[in-house]
Amino acid sequence: MQVYLPIAEISLNALLLLGLGGMVGFLSGMFGVGGGFLMTPLLIFIGVPPAVAVGTEANQVVASSASGALAHWRRGNVDLKMGILLLAGGFLGSSFGVWLFTSLRQLGQLDLVIALCYVAFLGIIGALMVAESGRAWLRSHISAMPRRKLHRHTWMHGLPFKMRFRRSKLYISALLPVSIGFFVGILSAIMGVGGGFIMVPAMIYLLGMPTSVVIGTSLFQIIFVTANVTFLQSLNNQTVDIVLALLLVLGSVVGAQLGTRFGMRLRSEHLRGLLGAIVLAVAGRVAFDLTVTPESLFDLGGERRH
Amino acid sequence: MHRSATVFALALALPAVDPQSAAAMPLVADLSSREIAITTGFSGADLLLFGATDGEGDVVVVVRGPVRREVVRRKERIAGIWLNGTSVAFDDVPGFYFIASSRPLDQVTPPETLRKLQIGVAHLSLPTASAHDKDRAESFRSGLRRAMVARNLYSETAAPVAVLGNRLFRTEIRFPANVPTGVYTAETYLFRGGQLTGSTKTPVIVRKAGVEARIFDFAQEQAALYGVVAIVVALVAGWLAGLMFRKA
Repeated sequence: MQVYLPIAEISLNALLLLGLGGMVGFLSGMFGVGGGFLMTPLLIFIGVPPAVAVGTEANQVVASSASGALAHWRRGNVDLKMGILLLAGGFLGSSFGVWLFTSLRQLGQLDLVIALCYVAFLGIIGALMVAESGRAWLRSHISAMPRRKLHRHTWMHGLPFKMRFRRSKLYISALLPVSIGFFVGILSAIMGVGGGFIMVPAMIYLLGMPTSVVIGTSLFQIIFVTANVTFLQSLNNQTVDIVLALLLVLGSVVGAQLGTRFGMRLRSEHLRGLLGAIVLAVAGRVAFDLTVTPESLFDLGGERRH
Repeated sequence: MHRSATVFALALALPAVDPQSAAAMPLVADLSSREIAITTGFSGADLLLFGATDGEGDVVVVVRGPVRREVVRRKERIAGIWLNGTSVAFDDVPGFYFIASSRPLDQVTPPETLRKLQIGVAHLSLPTASAHDKDRAESFRSGLRRAMVARNLYSETAAPVAVLGNRLFRTEIRFPANVPTGVYTAETYLFRGGQLTGSTKTPVIVRKAGVEARIFDFAQEQAALYGVVAIVVALVAGWLAGLMFRKA
């Protein structure tokens, strides 16, 4: 069943899109991630123009993070104060990111920058995840591994504007969450992701937040940042395809339910290792496409059509 | 309202048959439809172009899409990575180009005539937007042609035109799913002994229709409101999904 997507201006099979949504939803339910970093490259791979893939995926992440954040809110797993500071940075970062996106598109270098961001960030995060789960596996098998200190005092604790975060049991500078939010906001706009895969490790390892509030707080921030990206992409670039987003949301809702149940049966270090492997595979695939000799040395585009 | 008025005006301005008596004309032609509506299930369209001649001759059919400026970029390898390098902009690039002929083009008429009438993808003039680029444009120009052929928007070789009893002719025009919207022209040429003896022109409108058109116009004309609607739709979808989670 072919469906013509009004903004992407191509015709794709609706079942394929529902299936893609379902598959990515399954993985995101299983691993507790947004899945944007998988969906955007897949959309580009099946022929959606990169700019539309990024804009539309931000819209889909609004839906998927909203349902996740609600569940965490009810359980009280959201540090509102921290979330609002992350959000303040996120708003600035994503607005700057959309401006960057528009300029790169006019220069004809947008696709390249999207691809390079994918290779760099997925490569680093994937490698860290695999290494971390390997260490966890070693720890559970060799009990003599030295334990890490719980709290280390670093330069970060010397920064000004210190604030107390009761839910997270932290006393740190407000600059830290604002700059993490800013950085992730830029990536969110350029890569079409929620940015959870960067923000969650940053909150755990850089800020030292307790794991119980990390997911809920990051989801809370992601809703508003991706909503901001959706709005600005619609306004500046007209690259948000509602029809495409809805099909993906439908598929991913069902997939996420199944994925969550399946994920509960796996051990967490196995989950992290598996997710790391998938992240690395996506990075590898994008890197391959960048370096392989293209079929045609000439490409069209860069100019607005209307 | 506005759109249908334009369509009507165009249909009046470019009649398929000149208002003389058809008998006096060497060539008449028409299409099975003058409009292609892109709706939800759109996966391309086929139009039948048919007509009659007043005797023997070669029939060539050309369909041109709306012209626009197109930027062609050459990929260059830097540090092992392929990226977009130098670019050349071309003007008057048809977004679609279809050709059909009753005989191979080189047997119909000499290349000079083909070039003058811009018949055949190789004979499209495709001028550069800036005079600066004139000298280095040729490789970019053929790259542009190849890219359009690869997208199924230009036909590389002429499709057949079926001729019946030296009088009636017909050909099928294939519009792929990715055709740009706008006003197209379907031109029919009649050649005798290499000489052009008649031609007709028929407009074809390709436009988005129904929900697709409304969504597209909404996104273009009220971009801010569209963004807000997209967010609200996503939030409601997420909230509903959350409710389902609790029940399940």
